[in-house]
Amino acid sequence: MFITFNSFVQIALFLALVLALTKPLGLYMTRVFNGERTWLSPVFAPLERFLYRACGIDPAREQRWTGYVIAMLVFNLAGMLLLYGLERTQQWLPLNPQHLGPVEPQLAFNTAASFTTNTNWQNYAGEQTMSYLTQMVGLAYHNFISAATGMALAVALVRGLARHSAEHLGNFWVDLTRATLYILLPICLVGALVLVSQGVVQNFNPYTVVHTLDGGLQVIAQGPVASQEIIKELGTNGGGFFNANSAHPYENPTALTNLIEMLAIISIGAAMFYMFGRMVGDTRQGWALWAAAAILFVLGLAVALPAEQGGNPLLAHLGDNQQASALQPGGNMEGKEVRFGITDSVLFTVTTTATSCGAVNSFLDSYTPLGGLVPLANIALGEVIFGGVGSGLYGMLMFAILTVFIAGLMVGRTPEYLGKKIERKEVMMAALALLISPATVLGFAAVASVLPQGLASLTTNTGPHGLSEILYLYTSSNGNNGSAFAGLAGNTPFYNWTGALAMLIGRFAFLIPILAFGGSLVGKRVVPAGPGTFPTTGPLFVSLLVGVILIVGALTYFPAYALGPIVEHLLMLAGRTF
Amino acid sequence: MSSHTLEVRPWKTRRKGAVSSFDPQIVRQALLDAFRKLDPRWQIKNPVMFVVEVGSVITTIEFVRLLLTAPGPAFPAARLHNETLFVLAVSLWLWFTVLFANFAEAMAEGRGKAQAETLRRARTTTMAKRLRRPERSAPWEEVPAPALRKGDYVLVEAGDVIPGDGEVIEGVAAVDESAITGESAPVIRESGGDRSAVTGGTRVLSDWIIVRIGANPGETFLDRMIALVEGAQRQKTPNEIALNILLASLTIIFLLVVVSLEPFAIYSGSPVSITTLIALLVCLIPTTIGGLLSAIGIAGMDRLVQRNVLAMSGRAVEAAGDIDVLLLDKTGTITLGNRQATRFLPLPGIDEQALAQAALLASLADETPEGRSIVALARERSAIGEEASLQQQASRFVPFSAMTRMSGLDVLADTDGQAASVRGEEEAAPPVRTIRKGAAEAIIAYVHEHGGDNTHGELLQRTVDEIARAGSTPLVVAETWRTGQDHQEQARVLGVIELKDIVKGGMRERFEQLRRMGIRTIMITGDNPLTAAAIAREAGVDDFLAQATPETKLKLIREQQAGGRMVAMTGDGTNDAPALAQADVGVAMNSGTQAAKEAANMIDLDSNPTKLIEIVEIGKQLLITRGALTTFSIANDVAKYFAIIPAAFSTTYPQLNALNIMGLATPHSAVLSAVIFNALIIIALIPLALRGVKYRPFGAGPLLRRNLLIYGLGGIVAPFVGIKLIDLLLSLLHLTL
Repeated sequence: MFITFNSFVQIALFLALVLALTKPLGLYMTRVFNGERTWLSPVFAPLERFLYRACGIDPAREQRWTGYVIAMLVFNLAGMLLLYGLERTQQWLPLNPQHLGPVEPQLAFNTAASFTTNTNWQNYAGEQTMSYLTQMVGLAYHNFISAATGMALAVALVRGLARHSAEHLGNFWVDLTRATLYILLPICLVGALVLVSQGVVQNFNPYTVVHTLDGGLQVIAQGPVASQEIIKELGTNGGGFFNANSAHPYENPTALTNLIEMLAIISIGAAMFYMFGRMVGDTRQGWALWAAAAILFVLGLAVALPAEQGGNPLLAHLGDNQQASALQPGGNMEGKEVRFGITDSVLFTVTTTATSCGAVNSFLDSYTPLGGLVPLANIALGEVIFGGVGSGLYGMLMFAILTVFIAGLMVGRTPEYLGKKIERKEVMMAALALLISPATVLGFAAVASVLPQGLASLTTNTGPHGLSEILYLYTSSNGNNGSAFAGLAGNTPFYNWTGALAMLIGRFAFLIPILAFGGSLVGKRVVPAGPGTFPTTGPLFVSLLVGVILIVGALTYFPAYALGPIVEHLLMLAGRTF
Repeated sequence: MSSHTLEVRPWKTRRKGAVSSFDPQIVRQALLDAFRKLDPRWQIKNPVMFVVEVGSVITTIEFVRLLLTAPGPAFPAARLHNETLFVLAVSLWLWFTVLFANFAEAMAEGRGKAQAETLRRARTTTMAKRLRRPERSAPWEEVPAPALRKGDYVLVEAGDVIPGDGEVIEGVAAVDESAITGESAPVIRESGGDRSAVTGGTRVLSDWIIVRIGANPGETFLDRMIALVEGAQRQKTPNEIALNILLASLTIIFLLVVVSLEPFAIYSGSPVSITTLIALLVCLIPTTIGGLLSAIGIAGMDRLVQRNVLAMSGRAVEAAGDIDVLLLDKTGTITLGNRQATRFLPLPGIDEQALAQAALLASLADETPEGRSIVALARERSAIGEEASLQQQASRFVPFSAMTRMSGLDVLADTDGQAASVRGEEEAAPPVRTIRKGAAEAIIAYVHEHGGDNTHGELLQRTVDEIARAGSTPLVVAETWRTGQDHQEQARVLGVIELKDIVKGGMRERFEQLRRMGIRTIMITGDNPLTAAAIAREAGVDDFLAQATPETKLKLIREQQAGGRMVAMTGDGTNDAPALAQADVGVAMNSGTQAAKEAANMIDLDSNPTKLIEIVEIGKQLLITRGALTTFSIANDVAKYFAIIPAAFSTTYPQLNALNIMGLATPHSAVLSAVIFNALIIIALIPLALRGVKYRPFGAGPLLRRNLLIYGLGGIVAPFVGIKLIDLLLSLLHLTL
């Protein structure tokens, strides 16, 4: 049996918790972004007012889409430059007990791009490269800010849909501030303490050197981990304090922290779908997108879990027992932590790639070909399976609009979504957004797969698996996920530069058409819905949406995947590995 | 708005001489045009098909290269080994793909051209009698019609062809408009009012008119109509542009997919041949919809022309599909043009027969449709004795006048001939009996005047009110007679005739259908709110506008539009013009005034207001056909991957043959079958593109489910079957190469 009863129960429990969190969190976020009072206002409102006064922001003044985009770009560029500067000068700054030197320029650039874009691709090992100050002030800052930026942009797009005959999409500074103060900070404060209670460390100590039982010496890295860990998950950032990421016992010590971290990864994304429904005045609209995401989530699990639990047929031929039992998790345990086993590893992987988090608690490079195909495909589908905080919602809305446009004509009306006609300009923006990931991923991967600079990094694997690693790198970068098929040596000038470009394009080149789209929608009149209106709720629409997401993804990536994971799987069945 | 000079024809009637879809002559011309359109300057307008053409050129060059460089005997035929033949076959089928798409467009255009040819015949150069002054007696000079300018006055007499569009400013004439409308019954055109517009190319049959020319040459109705059906001025509609953007971006995505596949293939061990890559690209890009898109648009316009509707732009046709609210005139659209007698309601003490006979007598000479319907009903209800006896009586009909508001009959001698009249004395002799029918107040006053009393006044008033409340019109009938020696005059009210607005058969169902389509209907009428409400209820419309004036109509349209709704309406009078211009789809009747026609964005040559419903259906059909073929085209790609990917990598990774789920014979045959299917599907779908997907008046949900099943699911399944069949056929013919 490929899925054990135990797996089934754990997955059901996880999904039930996500479902349970969606509405209350979504309601709370609706209030936050509508500028209403919340139960945290007594604590944060004075601070919020102080911040606006200090920065000279008039919270009542809203921006058009252009103003919103410019504010966002300027703010992110400044943050990126600051992080770059911090990385390059950390040797002179405090909180560096290990006396780590400056980060080399191309790696510093890649990392700055990576954290600014909410990708958190790491071409370095945190404990050997980044000082505590860089981690806390540079990286953690971006963990908050990039997440808040994503949320702000999603809210701006939702306003474009919710408002009509208007011009403004909101105030970027206000949305950014409120997302950080009212949503991210409070959850992180509580979450970090819970993690500490489970054994996640939080200190400024130098690394501990211990004598091991077999007489050797071991350096155990320390640091302010818990505070970093919670925002890493909650903001779907994924950049680990340690190189081993959430597989490290100081980051993710127990099954309970594993569950909390998974919930932290997915909850805001799921709740944003509800918030969207709430803001446009029809929660069914939000639940329809939620249902589509949930179906895709379960589909991914349904492929990956049996693939991993089934194990490697070649080992089975050699007489290896890969059956799950009371004594062993069974399946393909290479690269997985024994304390998590197959289910919690696969569930974490599907969660982290469905959303644009990219934190990992097991090593994706060691997954079976089909098991590895799922995270790759999850990202390639556009990070819309609840997705990154904010980015999941706007990505999913793009697909909803594409669905409406392709199939909506079939009801004999100009396609409309939420009463807004989808016309030339909207299709143009959706098409631009749609083009970005194939152009970036396929373009860079094609170059890397033939250039010596690209091939040189394939140190451990070649053949189809090597191609999968290259594809994964650019898919993950462009999708702002940050997880990796780590067999590929990424810290080379070629991959640092191209990867950084892929991340920046995947984030900002995508955001501009999205907001332009919102700006075009906000001025439109709303056509009241009637029996002749294309229904955007209900099972028919949900399955159509799922179909469009899958078909667009499959049509774009099937040939490449056929030469990567798919043929690798077929070759494995034929007895060849890479 | 009630004067429709043309009889309302059954709404399915097509234009006379409408061109059959696959007329051999059109097909021949279209075949020629398909080649002519290979010109890259033409192809570039359609990015999808341009990519196919470039692919065809590259594969052709590749074929020539193989032919010249392949090892073997010098004689080229001997060099035609499998690979070379394969490239040739793919190249030929790619050319066919382009040609098929061109052919589809040329077919659509060809049908329009044939129609334009018919119209052109009506535009033979005629001579016009240009008047110096707009008077019948003014001197005129003969000038050729193209020399006329806007504002010129021409005299058109019996037998003349009207030289240009314009307005009748003097005179009245019967005009044969069959050249434009296909309708042979002549229509009346007269100055003033709503029947003053005339169209160039039509012929005056009797009398004379003076016409003020309203359009310069080249801008006339006929010119515009010819340009429209020929597609000469065809501009892409907003929706078509949006769809083109989507298709172009899909083409770019697939270009990226195919271009990046080559490095991946090189990485994997061996490159894929350029021919296979191009075959894959052409199969993936949306050639089906790309090839048929403009044909769908032209055919949609053509379908309107076949229904005798001229759209001034493709945009209007598309907008018709989006209509949320239909404003329909009551008279002629919802109800039969005329009220009809349905009941006699005698007052107490009066027998229905007597009332019916009186009504009959009063209406015998009444030639209005209402009058005739009273006669018909009365004949049904009473013996014909009295009518026959009337022949022997001397009597005088009293016509309706606006002052008396009554009509009727005066009997000058009674039936026995006692007061036998002598010719010449008739004028002087007072009538022995009078019968009057008319509005209640007028009749009651008449009865009083002639010595009668209003015995059942209250009952009468109640009956009259009830009838009005039910949406009908009450006509009261009264008589006076002389009795006794002194010929004492007596008078009494006999009863009431109910004249009812008859709602056309099937309208209720039609509105029900519209409601399911999501379209609200609003009835426009000049009636009072009470009557309007009753008729609205009976007809099943969603709402009504009573005592409508041009201003209230305009206001209603603006209100609806402010709520985000799209409004369609019909009109024919000059006072409809502002509302027609304001509506998203304004359909003017051809019988209407020039102002109405100019304000509207469509003109119905049949002047049939019910046609608005058909126009909406054609608009929807146009959009549905585009959506269905887009979905079909994209869904097709799934199967093509399963055919081509295993074939392309058959040497690098033979294991990928596991994806060859269709079990295609050889790699070459797999690629070729996919390419052939891709080309043939365009031909197979031409009839659908020209005819349009059948529209069913369902709500959006069921409609979507149905079309998704056919074109979405069907689009996934069909190529699996089609490609397999072509592969089998190729195997049978030993052409798998």
